[in-house]
Amino acid sequence: MSTTNKGHADFWRANLRLMFMLLAVWFAVSFGAGILFADQLNSIRLFGFKLGFFFAQQGAIYVFVALIYFYAWRMNKIERDYDVHED
Amino acid sequence: MSVQLWTYIIVGLSFALYIGIALWARVGSTRDFYVAGGGVHPVVNGMATAADWMSAASFISMAGLISFMGYDGAVYLLGWTGGYVLLALLLAPYLRKFGKFTVPDFVGDRYYSDTARLVAVVCAIFVSFTYVAGQMRGVGIVFSRFLEVDINTGVVIGMAIVFFYAVLGGMKGITYTQVAQYCVLIFAYMVPAIFISLMLTGNAIPQLGFGGTLADGSGTYLLDKLDGLSTQLGFGAYTDGTKPMADVFAITLALMVGTAGLPHVIVRFFTVPKVRDARKSAGWALLFIAILYTTAPAVASFARVNMIETINGVDGQGTLRTEAPSWIGNWEKTGLIKWEDKNGDGRMFYAKDERNEMTIDKDIMVLANPEIAKLPAWVIALVAAGGLAAALSTAAGLLLVISSAISHDLLKKVVMPNITEKQELLFARIAAAGAIVVAGLLGIYPPGFVAEVVAFAFGLAAASFFPAIMLGIFDKRTNMQGAIAGMLTGLVFTIGYILYFKGIFITPMAENIPANWLFGISPEGIGSVGMLLNFAVALVVSRITPPPPAEVQAMVDSIRIPRGAGSATHH
Repeated sequence: MSTTNKGHADFWRANLRLMFMLLAVWFAVSFGAGILFADQLNSIRLFGFKLGFFFAQQGAIYVFVALIYFYAWRMNKIERDYDVHED
Repeated sequence: MSVQLWTYIIVGLSFALYIGIALWARVGSTRDFYVAGGGVHPVVNGMATAADWMSAASFISMAGLISFMGYDGAVYLLGWTGGYVLLALLLAPYLRKFGKFTVPDFVGDRYYSDTARLVAVVCAIFVSFTYVAGQMRGVGIVFSRFLEVDINTGVVIGMAIVFFYAVLGGMKGITYTQVAQYCVLIFAYMVPAIFISLMLTGNAIPQLGFGGTLADGSGTYLLDKLDGLSTQLGFGAYTDGTKPMADVFAITLALMVGTAGLPHVIVRFFTVPKVRDARKSAGWALLFIAILYTTAPAVASFARVNMIETINGVDGQGTLRTEAPSWIGNWEKTGLIKWEDKNGDGRMFYAKDERNEMTIDKDIMVLANPEIAKLPAWVIALVAAGGLAAALSTAAGLLLVISSAISHDLLKKVVMPNITEKQELLFARIAAAGAIVVAGLLGIYPPGFVAEVVAFAFGLAAASFFPAIMLGIFDKRTNMQGAIAGMLTGLVFTIGYILYFKGIFITPMAENIPANWLFGISPEGIGSVGMLLNFAVALVVSRITPPPPAEVQAMVDSIRIPRGAGSATHH
């Protein structure tokens, strides 16, 4: 039970890689598209929505939900690959 | 049948259901009381988390707030959902693997210190009481508006219901009643939203109607129409914000991080059987939350268009008061709508500038929706039951955190470690009962600063718990000295800043305006700076003081690896 164990260290790195990737998406859709670049994106239309407004009040939330499901699914696979899964 | 009779029937049935579940879910052990035995299915836990999370404020006030804020309402929408991503990726699976009962448990064990544990206990109790006061008040208000009972009687009835299932059933009773409460509240929210969307845009799905065209055949998009109306009336375009970007950023971040650090949310993930269930459960929780949170901004825009057109008339010349629909009169009686005929033309007019003659309470946007959409009486009754479900479910989750902080973290872990499990369970029940009475008193005699302290709750959770827990998992080198120094810095800074501008208990020391704010960040958003300070101090102090003991480092290694997670254990 220690990250000096090679398998565990590799598992932890794979976990961190996935985590940073997903956090980058999390940041991009909310703080990026919904806030920092909302004004620029607002010149693009998605049906009745201006795109920046859409991300701020709808889009980012859909992406959040997808991110967590993707993470849960992907982690199950990573756990099995590194043989650290439960039972 | 009258609205009031319907309300008695529907609210009565929902209460009977909650009490029935409470009787079925009685518990006999501390493990059942604190974490529902650790065997809650991830979907069930997700639904319970959603009900736990969505409070009277989410149900009653949020759409109204957004309706008046336009784009800026995104701080709540993003802040109160994005936190679940942090929770799922950074905290929940590891805390589940840690496998104990409470947030102070983790802080105390990871930082091998009763001081750290006590800081966590005090924060958990303060944050939870802040929150619960608002819920009890919400219960009272729903009772008084829909059932015409006195607010205080309403609070006492609410207390009695929560007392019943929280004291008898602990986390187990709370979890299963929350599932029922989620169903009641989401149904009550969606029915009027769907009808009002159909009425305005011809689309039965509010999220699509939000981006769709108006049903009047003009082919104009709803949001374009709303932008046009808002601009004419001097509010500025609905889809553009008025808050400075730095502040929107900071508030959103503080609410996200605060959400992930709130003890009553975190503790829900101790109740599932496995680490992978904790991850999955966070996904379900956010999905159930997102149903309401993506509907709310749609409702906000529909309600805004409706309200402006009803008051100002389709031609924008003002509606004669004598020709106004009946809901205006109904809500005028409650004081939530006020009309002062300044120019004496007998017509109502709503605007941002001097033409304005209306005072409109934001809560009306959800509460009056069924009447505005001319829905039958039972739908109005349903909204009352939904508001009560939202308030009671959140109150119960918070009361459990208070009760476990006292009986488990304070008594069992610090003051009298030799008590038996039976005694601890008795203390947990007494603490829950005591907390309900205090919460009820706060609901009956609301301190004037309830609204202000909500910023406190999120700011404190963001500036104290989140960094301490995250570093505890991801940085093995963070030690007792670092964590305590970090938490105290975050707390003192955040509390100080809020007091400086809001002056709770003291007179504000500076006017609460953007020109005076640090980096243009309002007191609502300052928790994000407190969090950064906490991280910085904890990392630096940890590196100039001795590393944590070997067994603590081994514990960190163990929580990082999913294998070997039994159900939550006593120690």
